[in-house]
Amino acid sequence: MAYSEKVIEHYENPRNVGSFGKDDDDVGTGLVGAPACGDVMKLQIKVEGGVITDAKFKTFGCGSAIASSSLATEMIKGMSLDQAATIKNTDIVAELNLPPVKIHCSVLAEDAIKAAIEDYKKKQAARTA
Amino acid sequence: MSTSTAPSIAQVPVPEGVHLPIFMDNHSTTPVDPRVLETMLPFFTQHFGNAASRNHVFGWTAEAAVEHARGQIAALIGGDAKEIVLTSGATEADNLAVKGVASFYKKQGNHIITGLTEHKAILDTCKRLEREGYEVTYLQPAKDGLYTPEQVAAAIRPTTILVSIMFANNEVGVVQPIEAIGAAIKAANPKTLFHSDAVQGVGKVPLDVNKAKLDLVSMTAHKMYGPKGVGALWVRRKPRVRVDPILDGGGHERGMRSGTLAVPLIVGFGKACEIAQADMADEAIRLGGLRDRLYRGLTSRLTDTFVNGSMEHRLPGNLNISFAFVEGESLLMALKDLAVSSGSACTSASLEPSYVLRALGVGEELAHTSIRFGIGRFNTEAEIDYTIELVVRAVNRLRELSPLWEMHQDGIDIASIAWTPH
Repeated sequence: MAYSEKVIEHYENPRNVGSFGKDDDDVGTGLVGAPACGDVMKLQIKVEGGVITDAKFKTFGCGSAIASSSLATEMIKGMSLDQAATIKNTDIVAELNLPPVKIHCSVLAEDAIKAAIEDYKKKQAARTA
Repeated sequence: MSTSTAPSIAQVPVPEGVHLPIFMDNHSTTPVDPRVLETMLPFFTQHFGNAASRNHVFGWTAEAAVEHARGQIAALIGGDAKEIVLTSGATEADNLAVKGVASFYKKQGNHIITGLTEHKAILDTCKRLEREGYEVTYLQPAKDGLYTPEQVAAAIRPTTILVSIMFANNEVGVVQPIEAIGAAIKAANPKTLFHSDAVQGVGKVPLDVNKAKLDLVSMTAHKMYGPKGVGALWVRRKPRVRVDPILDGGGHERGMRSGTLAVPLIVGFGKACEIAQADMADEAIRLGGLRDRLYRGLTSRLTDTFVNGSMEHRLPGNLNISFAFVEGESLLMALKDLAVSSGSACTSASLEPSYVLRALGVGEELAHTSIRFGIGRFNTEAEIDYTIELVVRAVNRLRELSPLWEMHQDGIDIASIAWTPH
């Protein structure tokens, strides 16, 4: 299948690849997908004063999955947690020109953002409890 | 916990004599051998007659060329020229064999046996027959992809009219013990006919229809350096095997396959068979050497690789290997100068990974990481060495990107995680 230029660009030069310590208090980790389905995304956020100051990802999946998570980390950097939670998969589809068969990659990226935010909030709640 | 940055795609210098892109997907198709093309060319514009024209020289020339090709095709499998039914390709040959036998012998029985790793041309034909009231047994191969003669014999009933087991598999390249299977079938029920989709194996490894006690064999030209659009069903004459035709028309091919013969393609098919037969032994040694070089090059430099299917009973040019923790389609994307294929779901419209690998018991997570290399007549040692460099770099890079690789490095058992299938 032919990939859009934007997918290829993100695949060849992925942004924000890497990991934060998942036990760090200021880090939220989202791990979504399943190896049996052919894609797994790990997306992490670093939060300071309710704002995402940094984000990292690692993805097992096709080129579109890698590009979707790379783009997601780029989008959420500098956003407040509330802003980041409003990102929709359709935003990623539009930006990367994903074909219908690859929509699930964008859904996974949206899920990863939400899972990372949720993980961060849970940690904070546990800390203040 | 490390903060790694993924290396961007490193350019591997292209060695002298290697031309990009490299075609290493010879199970999907093969280029036409120049010697084959040369033989075909006069039959487009000069000797263009209809082989069925009985009353002028144009027809006679075409007919003579077709008869010569039948001999070349039949000789490759130890059959007789009169037993060759020319078709548009192997899908048609498979359909004609299975549907034709099912229809002709339906008074004798309604049971058919085949295997889970067969090509869709067999499996989907069998599924259609099931809807029409036939009973089909789908045999499960062992982990190495092989069926045992005992297993086939045990499935045979008094009503079994046909067993269809492929000679060599198109994905994992596993070559079946076809002679032992043939003997087991005839011992269990002499009336049961034996068909083989031999598309991938014919011309690569020896096949003798008499030694294998075969009754029908499907072949195609374009997998052995012949043209696309022509194939054959070999149908035994002694004792006579019958198939009802799928196409009605002019009664060509002894009534089994109507339609004007594609003379230039048939001439090319014949020549391709002749070359394959002459060069088979040498070519098998050369391709096996290249395949082993590729295997050693990859596995000596990468950990967590798994060969799918028997390494011992395998086509010389085939290597099907899983690179754990790296999804196949993303790997293909990195190998854009190399034409290979993957068992990953992402390469197909369905979200299921290869049914052949699943039938071998390969886990879904590993099936998604498989790559099929199909080495052919025109691949060179320099191409193999370059391929090793490309693949090793791409796998290492994608593993740096893979959360599963990171977990594996940290000693986390991937199977212990509560994943959310989607």
